[in-house]
Amino acid sequence: MKHLLSTKDLDRDTAVGILDVAEDMADVATREMKKLPTLRGKTVINLFFEDSTRTRTSFEVAAKRLSADLINFTAKGSSVSKGEGLKDTAQTLAAMGADAVVVRHSASGAAQVLAESKWIDASILNAGDGTHEHPTQALLDAFTMRKRLHGEASRGRDLAGLRVTIVGDILHSRVARSNVWLLNTLGASVNLVAPATLLPSNTTGWPVTIGYDLDESIDADPDVVMMLRIQAERMHAAFFPNPREYSRQWGLDDERLSRLRPDTMVMHPGPMVRGLEISAGAADSSRSTVLEQVANGVSVRMAVLYLLLAGAAES
Amino acid sequence: MIVITGATLPDGTSSDLAIEGGRFVDVAGKGAGSRVIDATGLVVLPGLVDLHTHLREPGFEQSETVLTGSRAAAAGGFTAVHAMANTSPVADTAGVVEQVQSLGDQHGYVTVRPVGAVTVGLGGERLSEIGAMAGSRARVRVFSDDGKCVSDALLMRRALEYVKTFGGVIAQHSQEPRLTEDAQMNEGAVSAELGLAGWPAVAEESIIARDVLLAQHVGARLHVCHVSTAGSVDVVRWAKARGIHVTAEVTPHHLLLTDELARSYDSRYKVNPPLRRDEDVQALRVALADGTIDIVATDHAPHPAESKQCAWDEASFGMVGLESALSIVQLAMVDTGLIGWADVASILSRKPAEIGRLAGYDAAFVPGSPANLTLYDATVSHVFGLEDLRGKGTNSPYLGRELPGRVIATIHNGYPTVLEGELVDAAEVALAAQAARSSREMSQA
Repeated sequence: MKHLLSTKDLDRDTAVGILDVAEDMADVATREMKKLPTLRGKTVINLFFEDSTRTRTSFEVAAKRLSADLINFTAKGSSVSKGEGLKDTAQTLAAMGADAVVVRHSASGAAQVLAESKWIDASILNAGDGTHEHPTQALLDAFTMRKRLHGEASRGRDLAGLRVTIVGDILHSRVARSNVWLLNTLGASVNLVAPATLLPSNTTGWPVTIGYDLDESIDADPDVVMMLRIQAERMHAAFFPNPREYSRQWGLDDERLSRLRPDTMVMHPGPMVRGLEISAGAADSSRSTVLEQVANGVSVRMAVLYLLLAGAAES
Repeated sequence: MIVITGATLPDGTSSDLAIEGGRFVDVAGKGAGSRVIDATGLVVLPGLVDLHTHLREPGFEQSETVLTGSRAAAAGGFTAVHAMANTSPVADTAGVVEQVQSLGDQHGYVTVRPVGAVTVGLGGERLSEIGAMAGSRARVRVFSDDGKCVSDALLMRRALEYVKTFGGVIAQHSQEPRLTEDAQMNEGAVSAELGLAGWPAVAEESIIARDVLLAQHVGARLHVCHVSTAGSVDVVRWAKARGIHVTAEVTPHHLLLTDELARSYDSRYKVNPPLRRDEDVQALRVALADGTIDIVATDHAPHPAESKQCAWDEASFGMVGLESALSIVQLAMVDTGLIGWADVASILSRKPAEIGRLAGYDAAFVPGSPANLTLYDATVSHVFGLEDLRGKGTNSPYLGRELPGRVIATIHNGYPTVLEGELVDAAEVALAAQAARSSREMSQA
């Protein structure tokens, strides 16, 4: 694997393979010495054109646990904010000898453009491109689901038969897109729920069922309910009348929570807006996997970095 | 004097042509002392006329100049182009349009017809000096805010009415601005998957529907720029059936390319209006063949490399198209059997000239008519490359594609601008243009 740009490109065996390596990486975190020498001498650059402390930190921890040299190249206060474009930044990083670039960009396709350009030869790892994809988020979500389902017996398994409901701003969500493709590849079925304004107007080719009514979806007894964040800029652009109405119709409140099975997973990619898309009760309940997702994020990102950088050397 | 032997006319017959003093003359007895061009096996077309070109000068000379755009046009077989108004300063006064026209005259590769802005600075708030531009030496007849839509219904009504005074036309860039805020590509299955903000067909169709009704109400002439959707075709067809004075253009790229190309995130495919679905492409081809769409216009939109070497969202809209237009029309329309060369002559020469009120293109090849023509070899094909681009822009979506046809010669006002597939030297063309101007002035005196 040279790059990780989207989950749509992943076949089942590759995806399960990544999750299995992530299992090994998770074991490292339980040791007293949380570090492997695997990527010693490799340079990984966190190239973040958009602020994201959580994702950036997660990659940073992952790279360091594998003994790679990790350099943060953030847009704020750098030449990027002075008008330097993707091309010059990429060429600069190439000249510095980056082996992998973890890129977060507000433009959809930015990671693919980097990977297909002649500007830089490094492995490109998409850490979120616009409203397109966020593949490591979907991988860590799948890892979390698999772990809750199968525990120690997770290795080698996919998510066949799992029924996942994703709720919220599907239209602008790269997390939703990456999850739709990956969950489908892993054998899960996906139900999307949102007001029509926050769904793409044309979802031909999406392997999903779509509904507008969260209560119907809850009553259909899903195995996983994944809540997406509502971003502040949507509140004032007529996607819905006001936050109260959104919360009432598409928020996971305590009453809806109580109608879920005790072992139904409640997921959220974070950061959460408590009281809007998810109640405090739901976020903190035993069904919630929010903190597991964060922990698993490190393992999954270690696995991907390992496969991109060490795996490439072997093949 | 130039004699062209053995060329196949658009109607399929074969004939020799003679040119003298900038005009076609009777071929009988000509030959001695002439430059003879053997055109056996070539199609001879009337000089091509583009109603929609961005020459970028004044103001954006890093993208294109009147000279470089004129050379690209001549290389593509054009003898006249209409230069859009979105320059800096905007072509909204007599001074700017006269400057652009005179630059075109000096360089001489093509006749440059400036398009005047509808509103001051393309701001969409106040009418520009339309009458002054119409009455200037440039005699502007086409007015457009292209790049922006005249979205204010009242302003559009007034503009349509006002240009009636002197037989002008409003060429509308039909794009409802609120429905296309931050829009990046056609709204549909592909945009949903790629996470690129959608440019819905309804944003074009709703403006065309409004404008044809306004044109009907005030009895004015409307031209619809770069129609891109099947729904727009239906609206235009309906309007024509009602007798509304509407004409429409389609670009070569909308006749061939689809939004599937955006999957590469290669910003050479980013254009406004965006590439649409295959159903739209097919509907546009049928509409062009049946006359619902009147003409092909290039929307040649050169950009410097840095405007395209970036993420899709950050890239400029637009493609260059002058050099490839005829090949694309052959590929999409002629080789598919939808139209013949006589139709090509009509949609790329006679009708665009008629819409732009450009004289001299109504009776091609007839003795006495201005000698504007293109010799085209439709039998060859080659991989389109950077060496085929003669303007400053390299933002062509066809680089690396196999394209049919090749322009062998272009003759503008009686003198060659392209010979044996190569542009004639700029100084030589400028001299010939000057000589042609003085002889015209002498004959008028």
